[in-house]
Amino acid sequence: MITAAVEEQQNYLNAGYGLKSWLLTKDHKRIALLYLATITFFFFIGGVFATLIRIELLSPHGNLVSSDTYNKLFTMHGVVMIFFFLIPSIPATLGNFFLPMMIGARDLAFPKLNLLSWYLLVIGGLFAIFAMVAGGVDTGWTFYTPYSTTYSNTWVVATALGIFIAGFSSILTGLNFIVTVHRMRAPGMTWFRMPLFVWAHYATAIIQVLGTPVLAVTIVLVAAERLLHLGIFDPARGGDPVLFQHLFWFYSHPAVYIMILPAMGVLSELVSVFSRKRIFGYSVVAFSSVAIAVLGFLVWGHHLFVSGMSLYAGMVFSFLSYFVAIPSAIKVFNWTATLYKGSISYATPMLYAFGFIGLFTIGGLTGLFVACLGIDVHVTDTYFVVAHFHYIMVGGAIMAYLGGLHYWWPKMTGRMYPEGWAKLSALVIFVGFNLTFFPQFILGYLGMPRRYHVYPDEFQVLHVLSTAGASVLAVGYMLPIVYFAWSLRYGKLAGSNPWKATGLEWTTASPPPPHNFDQIPVVTHEAYDYSAVIDEEVPVG
Amino acid sequence: MVSEPHVETLALREQFDTAAQQKDASSLGMWIFLVTEVMFFGGMFLAYTVYRNMYPAVFGAASRSLNATLGAINTAVLLCSSFTMVLAVRAGQLGRRKVVIIFLVLTLILGMVFLGVKAFEWNEKFQEHHVPGPAFHLEGTPQQGEAQLFFSLYFAMTGLHALHMVIGAGLLALLIYQTYKGRFSAAYYTPIDMIGLYWHFVDIVWIYLFPLLYLIDRHGVKP
Amino acid sequence: MTGHIDSVKTYTTVWIALLILTAVTTTVAYVDLGPLNVVVALTIAAVKMLLVTLFFMHVRHSTKLTKLVISGATLWLAILIVLTLADYISRGWL
Repeated sequence: MITAAVEEQQNYLNAGYGLKSWLLTKDHKRIALLYLATITFFFFIGGVFATLIRIELLSPHGNLVSSDTYNKLFTMHGVVMIFFFLIPSIPATLGNFFLPMMIGARDLAFPKLNLLSWYLLVIGGLFAIFAMVAGGVDTGWTFYTPYSTTYSNTWVVATALGIFIAGFSSILTGLNFIVTVHRMRAPGMTWFRMPLFVWAHYATAIIQVLGTPVLAVTIVLVAAERLLHLGIFDPARGGDPVLFQHLFWFYSHPAVYIMILPAMGVLSELVSVFSRKRIFGYSVVAFSSVAIAVLGFLVWGHHLFVSGMSLYAGMVFSFLSYFVAIPSAIKVFNWTATLYKGSISYATPMLYAFGFIGLFTIGGLTGLFVACLGIDVHVTDTYFVVAHFHYIMVGGAIMAYLGGLHYWWPKMTGRMYPEGWAKLSALVIFVGFNLTFFPQFILGYLGMPRRYHVYPDEFQVLHVLSTAGASVLAVGYMLPIVYFAWSLRYGKLAGSNPWKATGLEWTTASPPPPHNFDQIPVVTHEAYDYSAVIDEEVPVG
Repeated sequence: MVSEPHVETLALREQFDTAAQQKDASSLGMWIFLVTEVMFFGGMFLAYTVYRNMYPAVFGAASRSLNATLGAINTAVLLCSSFTMVLAVRAGQLGRRKVVIIFLVLTLILGMVFLGVKAFEWNEKFQEHHVPGPAFHLEGTPQQGEAQLFFSLYFAMTGLHALHMVIGAGLLALLIYQTYKGRFSAAYYTPIDMIGLYWHFVDIVWIYLFPLLYLIDRHGVKP
Repeated sequence: MTGHIDSVKTYTTVWIALLILTAVTTTVAYVDLGPLNVVVALTIAAVKMLLVTLFFMHVRHSTKLTKLVISGATLWLAILIVLTLADYISRGWL
């Protein structure tokens, strides 16, 4: 390989070769790449299920797969995408790689624990894959009792065990991040000099640590009910299935914020760099992350409006749910205000950022519809809800994930991706996404229920549109795989700071040396100070 | 490469700058882990609270069938083990290797006594048909289903508590071995400290389980 | 918490207090106090928990951050229980 430097610098990629140097690594950057490979794998498995679902829905008569198979398809799509892709996505890859670098640390506080987290995700994933291969699971990703405990004769326990183990992975990542942010900051890196990406991951970690254990115990109780005849959610013995829903959503609603908060962190970085301005209202954006983490735990009951929960509790939860809109809106307004009079450039990461802002706003505002007790009774379990959360998770989280991946790709690999292809794929994904999911809002409002594969003929046009969009989206997701791989060998050398960005991760070489910094940096100014970056320009190597 | 990675020792891993920083990080990490444990058991305490409020009479009757004397004895055993554990940590702080080993062994023995008593109690439940399932039967109440609910919680809570005890016992055995091998000193005894925290936490869970499971309605209103 | 070593006497006192409280809570359970039985049992349990955390787990010497972490856990457990009970308690109202 020809490099511009006389002698190739030692970096985290060439510091060791061979399988063992990867599988036993303690370097957070290598572990991040292991995660990247793993979640990409799961993303495509989940994508295969999505493809089959969309093909099936081309026809209103359900003639591709049986109803039982269809139940398994949407269950496994949800399980894989949520627990094995979205939950680990940004924190475990970009967070793992850049959180220590952004605060000027050599590594996370517990590198071995970090590696263990990855192994736990893989082991959990293997259980889930085993369950799929052995015959699948059909309870829906929500595992509602008593169906999951008493009636379903599919592989509930194996899948649940997989999620349980993957949950530990998430907990340990969160634990590692919290300790790292508290104890590993470089000299001068005060809390209010940290990039907002770090704040967002700190808030995410709080949710992971406080929420995930409740899901874990709930899963244990479901498994105990199936295996050991315990009957904690068994209505035949006086148990209350709604209690399961309380416990499940105490985690699973905040889990939405585990997916979206890191995305918001990425957004703050992108919007700032590509408009070359300090984020408007830095401290408000920082606190809004923590506010989302806290408020996110007070609203889970809005998933139970029609499940037999008391009407009064429903009103309280509906009311509280509106409050989450405040910090979310603050972020959107502040990003927009940052753009105002900024010198905006339209590099690929910024295109994803624009996509995020628009799509997240649609997803967030329709969230207010479904948080409203009266409207939710009408749209519960319809495609309106399906469209709403896909706008948040795909239009929000995945857009930001891809934006972040493009933005930091030069730092991770030392090479630029091809800008033209990347712009094309960003456009294709945006168009494909909207074509897939916007018709679903209409479908849902007209009354198309989720999780059905046989539907009235008049819904077919919208379903066909949605499936057409899904094929466009699939192409959009394939493109980056190809050109990212291509860029590893043929991409332009990136230099240490191709975006002229602030942030400590850009002050070291690309790819970074094994311990990130040749010398632990001393931080003297706030984040996003672009006047400083011009002076401290590192010569492109 | 210009960086000078300092020589890694147990007390100072390469990612840290000072031993104090590492100790603080371990301690914070352990406390956060204990937070996750609080939430884990919290889910079951919630289920208990909900059902006890729904079915107070059955829960009283089912609770009275438990052996409160054994429960109290076991509580005392566990509190003693916490006492020996804290003395082991203290000896660790002072760097007295032999004393550490003595108290760790005592802690382990007391933990085993607790588990032994627990096993005896569970065995009784099997003989009395108090284990949830088709053969379940509890005298003195017509609400057999709800009584099973109590015992489901009883087994889930004491079972997961016992599992934590078993893990704790394994960790103690490891600590004893490492202390014997001379890995710890007054300058570095963090693992003893951390496993001590874990052990005390497991003790605290039992401090709540004992009154909640064994002592409901002992004064006996009516069966 | 760094370097602070408590005396054996302190630990012994706490240990004896814990054993006495166990005896008390067991005995009181056999006395009919009406709804107060639960209150007494939980209060004693809370006192025992405080003794163990403050002395055996050295929280009284620990940093503010540790105390914040513990308060956080307590608060979140309260959120879980209180908001769920809000449902169960108000179910009969309509």
